[in-house]
Amino acid sequence: MTRFAIPIAIFVALLVLLGIGLKLDPREVPSPLIGKPAPHFELPELHRAAKTFSERDMRGKVWVLNVWASWCVSCREEHPVLLDLAASGEVPIYGLNYKDRREDGLAWLKGMGDPYKLSIFDLDGRVGIDYGVYGVPETYVIDKAGVIRYKRIGPLTPEIVKEKVLPLVRELGRA
Amino acid sequence: MIPELGQIALALALCLALAQGLLGLVGAARGEPVWMAATRPAARGQFVFVAIAFACLTASFVSNDFTVAYVATNSNSLLPLHYRVAGVWGGHEGSMLLWVLMLSVWTCGVTFFSRHLPQEMVARVLGVMGVVSAGFLLFILFTSNPFLRLFPAPPDGHDLNPLLQDPGMVMHPPMLYMGYVGFSIAFAFAVAALLSGRLDAAWARWSRPWTTAAWCFLTVGIALGSGWAYYELGWGGWWFWDPVENASFMPWLTGTALIHSLAVTEKRGAFRSWTVLLAILAFALSLLGTFLVRSGVLTSVHAFATDPTRGIFILALLALVIGGSLLLYVWRAPKVGLGGGFEPLSRESLLLANNVVFASAAGSVLLGTLYPLALDASGLGKISVGPPYFETVFVPLMAPALFLMGVGPLARWKQASLPDLASRLRWALAASIVAALALPFAMGRWGAMVALGLLLAVWVAASGFVQLYEKVQNASGGVSAWMRLKSVPRATYGMLLAHFGVAVFVVGVTMVKGYESEKDVRMEPGDTVELGGYTFRFDGVRDVTGPNYVAGRARIAVTRNGSLVTTLYPEKRIYKVQNSVMTEAAIDTGFTRDLYVSLGDSVSNTAWVVRVHHKPFIDWIWGGCLLMALGGALAASDRRYRLAARRPQEQYAAAPAR
Repeated sequence: MTRFAIPIAIFVALLVLLGIGLKLDPREVPSPLIGKPAPHFELPELHRAAKTFSERDMRGKVWVLNVWASWCVSCREEHPVLLDLAASGEVPIYGLNYKDRREDGLAWLKGMGDPYKLSIFDLDGRVGIDYGVYGVPETYVIDKAGVIRYKRIGPLTPEIVKEKVLPLVRELGRA
Repeated sequence: MIPELGQIALALALCLALAQGLLGLVGAARGEPVWMAATRPAARGQFVFVAIAFACLTASFVSNDFTVAYVATNSNSLLPLHYRVAGVWGGHEGSMLLWVLMLSVWTCGVTFFSRHLPQEMVARVLGVMGVVSAGFLLFILFTSNPFLRLFPAPPDGHDLNPLLQDPGMVMHPPMLYMGYVGFSIAFAFAVAALLSGRLDAAWARWSRPWTTAAWCFLTVGIALGSGWAYYELGWGGWWFWDPVENASFMPWLTGTALIHSLAVTEKRGAFRSWTVLLAILAFALSLLGTFLVRSGVLTSVHAFATDPTRGIFILALLALVIGGSLLLYVWRAPKVGLGGGFEPLSRESLLLANNVVFASAAGSVLLGTLYPLALDASGLGKISVGPPYFETVFVPLMAPALFLMGVGPLARWKQASLPDLASRLRWALAASIVAALALPFAMGRWGAMVALGLLLAVWVAASGFVQLYEKVQNASGGVSAWMRLKSVPRATYGMLLAHFGVAVFVVGVTMVKGYESEKDVRMEPGDTVELGGYTFRFDGVRDVTGPNYVAGRARIAVTRNGSLVTTLYPEKRIYKVQNSVMTEAAIDTGFTRDLYVSLGDSVSNTAWVVRVHHKPFIDWIWGGCLLMALGGALAASDRRYRLAARRPQEQYAAAPAR
């Protein structure tokens, strides 16, 4: 009898492992950028092409950088979450419009609502390379000293905002 | 309207699947003939409705209906028609629908080819398949509905993943799923046999052709996937030990063990509880593969569609179906009995060794695939297990298996004699030793691994010829050689052909591993590079436009000793919608070598990085797989399974009672 129970015992152990595995997030890749100063950029704004914006303008503030594009379907899914986060007023969100056409990006924000303080325009994706973007959307939390403290690959969800982003932003804000 | 029709058809299919499961299992348990008789029409009806749902989704793709969220994510108005059709299974939801469609095709097949089986058995088999199908239909309807609408509708779709826009990808998933899902029949037969307590030779005979057929599809499916990776990913590799490849390889290894174990159970009545366990495991690993790919537990190059919430559902399904059948196994298997005895050297013991090797191989692949997950789950960090582990484990396992392959089919059942086997195989052994010593020199360089590979390949092939010769000598078909050739059963030819396919495969792997060469070079127009005796001249890159991409297409003239061999046109494509770059390798295929050229990045206005490969005998890898599948198809269509259909009662009565 016991001999025949070996397969089921192994199977139960496997189920437990897979169950735990489900809770882990393979997208949470340990980013080499965490704990490092945010790479420097100076890019034109999306709405006002003549003006530029740099990460240095944000020294002394905790802020969120969100990489988005009008061609990105997951961004559509993420958008309401960003609008809610912006409406909460807890943290300013800045957009990095990635490899997009200016008129497409503007039309998207007009149609879907604009959660961003402002968006910058990265046509050739140079800044994306510096930030190690490998899928849109991506989100970074940057502290007062300009250090990246958190990175999310893929869309934000209400749970991630509640459990990861907001507690971190509050903690950094107190520091 | 059409998507809603599809959704209704799916819901109806679910009702029929539930009916099929309940009526089959409960009907057989209570001995209700009317309930049992209802399973066949229920299964056929289920097939019709799943097919309607699939047709509806296809229609939405063909007509570019971007109000359907799944179509919007996986298609685009610029996508050519054949890829719009293939787009149906290009994402998660559609591939699950394809999975269920395949399941209903197999189930439908059982309803047509089971007239000779006792009603109780058929009802239980269809009942089990109904339960599995219901589980997957629930999964689709509740977590992965392909018919959900999207408001407001986007003006155009997000396009099919460019990696999947390839002819190989059109056929790869259907073949693979036919294989995966086909093992559900072996599984259903095993569970039905456990439920009835009638685990005899008849049961093994019924499930054999189905299992072999499923194995053939899986073989072709894996070979197509490997071929696709070879020419589409642009690295020139043909197998990456990626978690998703492993997920398809584990059922294949277990299925291979199962085919051989079923042979023993059918002929000698031995290995019964082991065979049942293998049948459960082969399907369990198919389901596990689905889970690994679809849940997002593991990341891999195949992670096209992942969502952890879906994982919980599949995990529950896995627990129910596999956990349930393994519990049944604990309860029933001890009563099964052992079957005919055999000596340490006999065909049984050699097939047992085959089973041990293949089960260990499947186990080690499982270990390598899940080890990173186990480390991560216990908080010990993220790692990945790569080819070095698998290659280290595989060669020592497969080398003895290949050796035994030459001996097994010649050994007698019950008891074989070593001196006898040695004398029958002495020429095969001599041929393989000569080949191992001489052939590598013919290729220009002798290496131990190459010699070992060729030794085993020639051994398998040569002993195959000995087997064929002996079969024909002993055949009772008549005096003429032709009559005797014809009287050898088709299943025997199938086995010989499949084993010969393994030899061809081993030659391919050995030669590629031992003698492949590649160069990465920066080339200006007019530059040349030498590789494997060929001269590649780069003639520059010009722009071309495809239906949904723009590309730079290089022209590379290949010459050998001054005469032109071929002209290759590798491309670097930019798919406009997703803004993604794809490398389209150009390959000159040959019987003894492939020339493979892929285009890297442009380094100046005129200069490009070009990668050239010389791959000796690489097509033998896929050729070998096709021979294996063809052999399997021959074996599955053997006359004796069809004869069994014509004299039903006799078969069943001849089976020993429990």
